[in-house]
Amino acid sequence: MTPTNSPKVFKDAHAALHDIKSGMTLMSGGFGLCGIAENCIDALTTIDVKDLTVISNNIGNSGRGLVKILVQDKIKKAYCSYVGGNPDLEKRMLSKEVEVELVPQGTFSERIRAAGMGIRAFYTPTGYGTLIAEGKDVKMFDRPCILETALHADFAIIKAQKGDTYGNLWFKETARNFSPLMAMAAKITVVEVEELVEVGQIPAEDIHLPGLFVQRIFQGKNYKNEIEFLVTEGV
Amino acid sequence: MAWTNEQMADEVIKVFAPHSSVNLGIGMPTIIAERMPKDLHIMIHSENGVLGVSGRPTKSSVSPTLINAGKETVSVAPGASFFDSSLSFGMIRGGHIDYCVLGGMEVDSERSLANWMIPGKKVTGMGGAMDLVNGSKQVIIMMNHFSKDGTAKLLKKCVLPLTGKEVVDLVVTEMGVFKPTGNAFKIIKLAPGVEKADLKIEAPLE
Repeated sequence: MTPTNSPKVFKDAHAALHDIKSGMTLMSGGFGLCGIAENCIDALTTIDVKDLTVISNNIGNSGRGLVKILVQDKIKKAYCSYVGGNPDLEKRMLSKEVEVELVPQGTFSERIRAAGMGIRAFYTPTGYGTLIAEGKDVKMFDRPCILETALHADFAIIKAQKGDTYGNLWFKETARNFSPLMAMAAKITVVEVEELVEVGQIPAEDIHLPGLFVQRIFQGKNYKNEIEFLVTEGV
Repeated sequence: MAWTNEQMADEVIKVFAPHSSVNLGIGMPTIIAERMPKDLHIMIHSENGVLGVSGRPTKSSVSPTLINAGKETVSVAPGASFFDSSLSFGMIRGGHIDYCVLGGMEVDSERSLANWMIPGKKVTGMGGAMDLVNGSKQVIIMMNHFSKDGTAKLLKKCVLPLTGKEVVDLVVTEMGVFKPTGNAFKIIKLAPGVEKADLKIEAPLE
């Protein structure tokens, strides 16, 4: 596409992440490796930051994705729901090198959504009677529920299949997952897309996330779109 | 003769009402998607954001952006839909999913489930399991009957950290189908040739 003068459009991941600082909180979209912001993660491996608090469902997997910055010791604390398939994180969690807060996945997504929606906290039955409930306020509704609070971030890095210069996004299949929620919960949302188009190119009815929630967008490159477990018919 | 995994899956499928919705956990329960009879018209939900999973793709139709909660490639049926994680868990927490089938490390007669960590040894994380056991209308656990040391995983009281307290409706193992009642396991059905004594369950049996 021809360059546009939209203030949201950046050249690449380095330009879009130029002001990220040590100690910040970073949300990163994707389920396992599906829908991760590959260009942004690669850029973070070369940017001098540390002590990041990272909010991401898996913190990468099988040595890939966010594991690239985990093994560079750039992550101080992680919020996630699942570390199975991520031995690098499991090891650092058990040795307490990285502080890990495991959050039930529905509570995780709702805490992120709540931040974007201006909800400070909510009660949910999820986790009642388990380790997750320790230290949390319990209140009886139809069933006992625990109080969970919103999760905010300084930056979110997310990937969409298609986006326009205003930041309107369209996601492919199950690559959407946490990304729209994170875009709403972060102060600065950086989006990389496989296809950057002019406004009007994505039909208004088909926009999965309005560009209002996107501060920066760039055309990504060299996508690997790795499959973790290839399973086909008859296998 | 204990059941095979396929036979266990078929026992679970017998529980499903036609035209219902089912979430399948990672591991053993995923086999159910491959054996689900089409004429049951069941919508299979996967919490990473898809309703209408239909089994496996052919080699030529594999898409890296179409996966299930186990991060395995899947295919979808006509009528399927994609959505974000918040809506996906709204389906679960809001009580819109009829059944969930999860794997387990321990289930007890008080209807509690443990399946996400072994303190000091192994942590997988709970993923969506804590939401699923509290939100689904019926919770079915599909797991091996015995742990590696040969003891039954159906206990009087779970030892491992819980995933959910008093949430399990039915347990299917290779030995049979069991219903935890609060203080006992009710035997619904045993695999052919399996005797009560083979179960090695220390909790009371009904």
